[in-house]
Amino acid sequence: MPQFATIAISVLFDGLAYAMFLFITSVGLSITMGLMGFVNLAHGAFAMAGGYIVVSLTRSLGIDIVPSLIISSVLIALVSIPFERGLYRRLYKATDLEQVLLTIGLAFMAIAAFTYFYGPIPKSVPLPPWLQGDVNLGFRAFPAYRAFVIALGVVLIAVLWYAFEKTNIGAKIRAAVDNRRMAESVGINVDRLFTLTFALGSGLAALGGGLAIQLFGLTPSFAVLYLVLFLIVVAVGGLGSLKGTLVAALVIGIIDTGGKYAYPQAGNFFIYMITVIVLLIRPAGFYGRE
Amino acid sequence: MAASETRTMQTARERAAEYLVRRHYFVWPEALPWVIAVACFFIFPDRMTFGSQVLIMVMFALSLDLILGYAGIVTLGHAAFFGIGAYTVALGFTRLGWSEPISGIIAGGVLAGLVGIAVGWFMLRYRALTLLMLTIAFAAMLQEAGNIRSDFSGGYDGLPGLSFDPLFGTFDYDLYGHTNYWYVLIVLAIVFFVVRRIVYSPFGQALTGIRENVRRMHAIGSPVHRRLVTVYAISAAIAGIAGGLFTQTNAYVTLTVFDFDISAKVMVMLILGGTGRLYGAFLGAAVYMIMEDKLSKMSPAFWQFGIGLLLVLVVMFARRGLLGIAEDWARKFKRGRA
Repeated sequence: MPQFATIAISVLFDGLAYAMFLFITSVGLSITMGLMGFVNLAHGAFAMAGGYIVVSLTRSLGIDIVPSLIISSVLIALVSIPFERGLYRRLYKATDLEQVLLTIGLAFMAIAAFTYFYGPIPKSVPLPPWLQGDVNLGFRAFPAYRAFVIALGVVLIAVLWYAFEKTNIGAKIRAAVDNRRMAESVGINVDRLFTLTFALGSGLAALGGGLAIQLFGLTPSFAVLYLVLFLIVVAVGGLGSLKGTLVAALVIGIIDTGGKYAYPQAGNFFIYMITVIVLLIRPAGFYGRE
Repeated sequence: MAASETRTMQTARERAAEYLVRRHYFVWPEALPWVIAVACFFIFPDRMTFGSQVLIMVMFALSLDLILGYAGIVTLGHAAFFGIGAYTVALGFTRLGWSEPISGIIAGGVLAGLVGIAVGWFMLRYRALTLLMLTIAFAAMLQEAGNIRSDFSGGYDGLPGLSFDPLFGTFDYDLYGHTNYWYVLIVLAIVFFVVRRIVYSPFGQALTGIRENVRRMHAIGSPVHRRLVTVYAISAAIAGIAGGLFTQTNAYVTLTVFDFDISAKVMVMLILGGTGRLYGAFLGAAVYMIMEDKLSKMSPAFWQFGIGLLLVLVVMFARRGLLGIAEDWARKFKRGRA
């Protein structure tokens, strides 16, 4: 029994770290998709780019990982704005197919460019001593890096929840997700709101990409490989829902970690099975609107 | 005044009627891809294995055109059916010793079609992102299932050393793939004429109606869901046949046939050529495969960047694909002459 409990706690802990990574990376995608219904397959590319900026900052410039993560997120958020203004904006009213094609084209270009500059071999970053080894939480020790990811995730959830539910701009975003036309007719500038959330979402994706380096190893194909997971979290949680994204990230992160522990050769099989079951029962996801 | 108006109306109506009667007639440019395919046999006799692969991708892209171009179903998991066909033929050989090629691809097509009915019946009630995710997840699930039973499927190492009987017991496979090229070309021709027949039938018209305006099709009492499932199953069967031919051509198959990349690639081919116009699949698959063959040897990263840029440019400036551009030019040319 104690052995079972030890395993259960490890699985829960790793699953939680995985879920926080999924939440941080996917939440922006969920909100931008909820706002504009835009199918953005280049989201993974922003995450991948963010990860590589962290690699460059830490390894070439010797900056510590935490400031690197912040710099990279801000940088990607800024870089994403011209993409949104120049390319995405023209396709808001286009069909799903055209949005899929444009963004998958961008993802391919990003993968190719980063393969050219960084090579296809997985990268790692040097960690400061306080993120190496284990951290003791009284009753047992946990890997410090994963504990850091979980703590960061919890802080971000709190901040996002506050911004979403308690501030003026959050109210505007919720109104626009709910009913875009109505929001526009009461004078909310949904266009600008979208640019803002797009930049924020891309920045968070970059943060997720930076965190992923030490969790899974970073290669250029990260942009497509993990994209499917982000899309699953968004679709299962429901478009434009903060709560939905969090619940979906937790369900998928923990069940997948448990499944892989119990049945290692299954790979991502459990994730896809959950996705199919949830979407067949609730096509709009946990908290999405039909 | 009234008389002339009636006359113009009548002529307009006659012209419309004539268009409807004639639009499925063969016109001479349609012979062009077939002439080129036959000519390639004589011009590049030593590249026939590559030639067969191009024809297989044409067939795969054609199957996607049926659901994407005509019925408007956006899928990123069509590799699922390609893979089912490929593995039906491969496992038929390794498990049952089934080495007759033609019955092999028929079995692959039938099985893929049946799975298409089952899966389509569930999935095609949904739209947009939900549908897209379900198609991706289904293909990925098959791949993971294959990996779990890698003792059975050969996993990512694949099932090598497949060999098949001579066609009709007489035409043996040769080292250069000459027999295989003709075999694939003839199967493609049969499939193509079936697809062409479907597209110009009332059923095909109903599909276009669903693509353009689902609500109206519901309103006029069209059985939308049944039609979508039917076309999805037909498309799946064709993808299955293409997959079976793929296994027979390479005498080898791995789980990578279920890759997301394959689903994305075939869509890119179709978009490049032009959707909803049958021959878009021919042009798109041929151009893509030849460019990939040439450019990826130079630099894979360069090639991938190019294909991404091409997609962005197509979406921004040429939404109807290469054939769309060709049509615009042809129209301009005609107007210039008139």
